[in-house]
Amino acid sequence: MRWKRYAGWAAFASALALPAVVPNAYVMGVITRICLYSLLALGLNVVVGFAGLLDLGYVAFFGIGSYVYAALASPQFGLHLPFPLALLAAVLATAVSGLLIGAPTLRLRGDYLAIVTLGFGEITYILLINLDRPINITGGPSGIVSIDPPSLLGYALRTNGQYFYLFLLLMGTAVLLSRRLRDSRVGWAWQAIREDELAAQTMGINTTAAKLQAFAIGASFAGAGGCLLASWQRSVFPDNFLFTESVNILAMVILGGVGSLPGVILGATIIVALPEVFRDFALYRLFAFGLLLMVLMIFRPNGLLAFQGRREAEEEPPGEERAAPSGP
Amino acid sequence: MLTWSQILGILPQQLVFGITLGTVYGLIAIGYTMVYGILFMINFAHGDIFMVGAYVGWAVLGALLASHAVPLNPVIVLPLMLVPAMAFTGAIGLALERLAYRPLYRRGATRLGPLISAIGASIFLQNGVMLVEGARERVYMTYAVFPRAWRFSVGGVSVSALVIVIACVAGLLMWGLHVIVQRTTLGRAIRAVAEDREMAAVMGVNVWRVVATTFFVGSALGGAAGVLVGFYYTQIDFFMGYSAGLKAFTAAVLGGIGNIRGAMLGGILLGVIESLATTFINPAFKDAVAFGVLILVLVFRPGGILGEALPDWKRI
Amino acid sequence: MTALLQLEQVVTYYGPMRALKGVSIEVASGEIVCLLGGNASGKSTTMKTILGIVRPHSGSVHFGGERIDGLPTQSVVERGISLVPEARRLFGRMTVWENLAMGAFSRRDRPPDEIEQDYERVYTLFPRVKERLAQLAGTLSGGEQQMVAIGRALMARPRLLLMDEPSMGLAPIFVDQVFDIIRAINGQGTTILVVEQNAAVALGVAHRGYVLQNGRIVMADRAATLLATDEIRRAYLGDEEDGAC
Repeated sequence: MRWKRYAGWAAFASALALPAVVPNAYVMGVITRICLYSLLALGLNVVVGFAGLLDLGYVAFFGIGSYVYAALASPQFGLHLPFPLALLAAVLATAVSGLLIGAPTLRLRGDYLAIVTLGFGEITYILLINLDRPINITGGPSGIVSIDPPSLLGYALRTNGQYFYLFLLLMGTAVLLSRRLRDSRVGWAWQAIREDELAAQTMGINTTAAKLQAFAIGASFAGAGGCLLASWQRSVFPDNFLFTESVNILAMVILGGVGSLPGVILGATIIVALPEVFRDFALYRLFAFGLLLMVLMIFRPNGLLAFQGRREAEEEPPGEERAAPSGP
Repeated sequence: MLTWSQILGILPQQLVFGITLGTVYGLIAIGYTMVYGILFMINFAHGDIFMVGAYVGWAVLGALLASHAVPLNPVIVLPLMLVPAMAFTGAIGLALERLAYRPLYRRGATRLGPLISAIGASIFLQNGVMLVEGARERVYMTYAVFPRAWRFSVGGVSVSALVIVIACVAGLLMWGLHVIVQRTTLGRAIRAVAEDREMAAVMGVNVWRVVATTFFVGSALGGAAGVLVGFYYTQIDFFMGYSAGLKAFTAAVLGGIGNIRGAMLGGILLGVIESLATTFINPAFKDAVAFGVLILVLVFRPGGILGEALPDWKRI
Repeated sequence: MTALLQLEQVVTYYGPMRALKGVSIEVASGEIVCLLGGNASGKSTTMKTILGIVRPHSGSVHFGGERIDGLPTQSVVERGISLVPEARRLFGRMTVWENLAMGAFSRRDRPPDEIEQDYERVYTLFPRVKERLAQLAGTLSGGEQQMVAIGRALMARPRLLLMDEPSMGLAPIFVDQVFDIIRAINGQGTTILVVEQNAAVALGVAHRGYVLQNGRIVMADRAATLLATDEIRRAYLGDEEDGAC
């Protein structure tokens, strides 16, 4: 596995050269967006890929992170916290919301868990749109604008290249964190839970703690992503955080390979870049997307760069047992 | 704030709306609950199947209106719209099951696979309809078939014929399904497969055919609901399946997932709750009400009203 | 004369384990054959293999001269094999009558009078069942459920009746009743293959027996002979110790 790590660092190093090489601002923008969504996808990967929790409402954390940063660094409340502080606050806030959203779902499984998280995502959206009366917290449908750009030690980021480096930095941190987490004790707990939660419990794993950690940590990645979005776009609107975003991010994780770090980044790249390539076919894009998801599940249910999920090799029995009902 | 007399004044009216909407939710909810009862899967695309039904009905209605082929009497027009809508949506349900879901189940894929596939199917259907019919709403010429004058006053409540017909049709369809499930051999086979798939096979039941039938029936009922909703709101768009689907799913869970009577009960209950909430609290939170109910039920009593308080792991 | 049911050198996997390691069994028409063994001996896997719930890795299963391994369960059942499963496994949310009706599912195209006859036959064998027709099957006692389970299997008019541990969880007096009924059913012409841990009772009723240990047949003989064999006496009749190793 060592070559993977070297390859990762090599890729990171070459990425540093991108602003010098890339021809125009538009392409740079796309690449920056890829970094942002990679960060988000890595976060969702912790929840879905590592711990096996079907979260369909991930966009909620993205939104919460964005709005918290917007609240702390814009004219909305007159606060203008420095970027690192606001970032920290947003990450903490989203982590807490991860706990809050995860806690009621602990007993749920599979499709149920998915729907409830979806529900939370929708409720978040509804709150974002409606919390402008009687007190204006979120700015309602018009959102919050004139958000401060990221600034470090008084110096505000301006050029595309600078933004890219910030995004790349956070994304790289996410990669390192993910790898650390995967190989840590909680990472093994997650794997056990993903495969057979009941068995994991009987083995003495504190599944409650592990699941909550997955939610909180995964959410915090999205919180960071939210800060990036808010400070880059200099504005946030409720419509930035629709259910379709959750689906997109989930698709990135699934497409690239559940649990696989390079896979997730690949997935993010494809899903962000492809629509740009097929700009002219914007109308058919979603239609093809839906079709793609269905076809993908039939042929590559674990994604393109599928993560095997088990460390020990396990021999497949030569015989067959019908897992599904016998029938033509 | 409204006074008590004002509240009591609007209450019956709102209840009528709530119950009517509720019967339609129930129709859609049946589709979710039947599929979940058999495959433990939430057919995410079911709401969009409902939407397709609405569009098929609209197309038929448009043809009938333009061709002047039949008198515009509900007794004639409704069946002419319902039959193609139900047949078409039933067929879509069959196709989805056979092509998109079954390959995943036979592979023993994880829970993720069918869910993603269902989401993909949902997006596929939504955008497919959008490509064919355009992104703008389409109008149901409800009042051409149900003149506004057709209203009744019952004990101070003004009820339109439309509402009565919708409730009756929905009720009739649900009753028909109930009879099939409880009294026929096919119905017993469906219940057997839902309860113990392996033993049903040992009884000689062709399990996959039962699964296919379940999808057909559930989808057809959803399609019928689409036609009814089209008449009710006079307006349809390709996105209507999403919120209707989630609400109907909530209804199914509220009544007890996997339980057909529960779906009907849950539907009506949700319709009433939603109606009351939008009247007395805030119309903007209409959709949030359903989600709130869903989350409350799943956290405190996942089995729903007609289910066990804490169902076994398999069901949840 | 070829046997009604024939397993030849069947090797079946259950997950990663080899549950059956080359099992050969014969059941002739009209016989009662018992398959003895403790837990994890492979008894249930044998049943599942016959029914097509699991497919053997190698070897063959023949029924009535026709090869049935590899067929889906539904087809196997249609050819005349019925199962009284371990722990009854009734459809608890359906009534007793509905359970019986499900038993007749594979014969639903037959004339209604024929099926009526089968109901009557079950009511004659099990008068208590007739009393409880409208009751939900899940609310019956263990013994009553066993009767319904047997009745349900008989509704299919099987050529071969498979019974998986009919004595399990039943009070001794019920066990005797059940095996009397097994004898009666056999007397009416049904071939029966019984899988059991309770060797004494099973061998008392069977014509022939096989002993399954760890996925292999270790003994096969006439029931009376087996009853007299020392090893059997030690392993199954007398000591409380679990038969399988």
